[in-house]
Amino acid sequence: MTGSAKGTALSKATSIPSHTMRHAQARARWLAFSLLTCGLFVLPLQSQTALLHRPAPGFVRSDLNGQRIDLRALRGKVVLLNFWASWCGPCQVELPAFQSWQTKYDSSGLQVITVAMDDDTGPVTAVVKKLQLRLPVVMGDDELGKMYGDILGLPITFLISRKGMLVERVEGAADISTLETKVRMLLSER
Amino acid sequence: MRMLVGMYRRIELGLPGVLIMAFCCISLARAQYSPEGTGLSAFSIPQSQLIQTEALNRMLQEQPKAHPVILQVGSHLMYTQAHIPGSIYAGPGSQPSGLALLASKVGALKKSQVIVLYCGCCPWSHCPNIGPAFKRLHDLGFTNVKALYLANNFGDDWVGKGYRVEQGN
Repeated sequence: MTGSAKGTALSKATSIPSHTMRHAQARARWLAFSLLTCGLFVLPLQSQTALLHRPAPGFVRSDLNGQRIDLRALRGKVVLLNFWASWCGPCQVELPAFQSWQTKYDSSGLQVITVAMDDDTGPVTAVVKKLQLRLPVVMGDDELGKMYGDILGLPITFLISRKGMLVERVEGAADISTLETKVRMLLSER
Repeated sequence: MRMLVGMYRRIELGLPGVLIMAFCCISLARAQYSPEGTGLSAFSIPQSQLIQTEALNRMLQEQPKAHPVILQVGSHLMYTQAHIPGSIYAGPGSQPSGLALLASKVGALKKSQVIVLYCGCCPWSHCPNIGPAFKRLHDLGFTNVKALYLANNFGDDWVGKGYRVEQGN
């Protein structure tokens, strides 16, 4: 029995007019097509947004000064986690602002951690010197990038709440005043 | 005579304006980021040599085995996380070591070979790698070099569109 013959038989058996059946089938086909199409385009983005409102992926690394950085040990503090690179122009505009926040909100419980996504430490050290950075700088790696939903463009900044939840992901150069407001809001949460 | 004086005054008043305009133009030109030491921003690449992501993706789908040589000229760390299928890591164009690696990767190719360069480390206006890499291939005599236009970055403009990627070295 062909599809249309099947449809006719079914519509006769249930007393549903055949044109209504055809509309329903067309609607179902359209819905399936829409879901499939949306799925194809949305899936790659989901891996980035899926991180939000979940516990921030923990990591332990040493910074450029040999200090141990354990993200989980920072529970109770608000963490600003910034991915940057020596060759990224906009990154170097943000870093001095983050450093000033570290000073300003240190006693309120802010901890800024920066991750340099360079292949070598040489250029990173040069930027640290140029900007007179005193923030912890961790060298990024493939694993760390994957944990944070693939870092495929810089800068990217994450905000982590005192409870260790990843609450914000800012891609590209951040609007500094908006981001500072969010930091202050998180600091006010106890 | 009155007309001549009027014209002179207009010119006299116009001079500071011209100077201000010249200053603004110079400032704007400087504001457009160009990597230190190279002076070559992505905008140094002629518009006619750009290829859009949609076109390259279509090419990869239609000619999976005969597509152009695709070279990533950005960070290796980003390449290992995700890169265009079949693309080869060729070193960051902003560094002498990267340009040397690029030259070695194209050493055996014909000068007429179609080559697509891409980076996507950061927004096109700030990319330090693509301009110098494009110039190096041009200087080496390659006549069919295209640069993949990634307005924001590789994550947004390739991965975010659902195009296929490969991972690893």
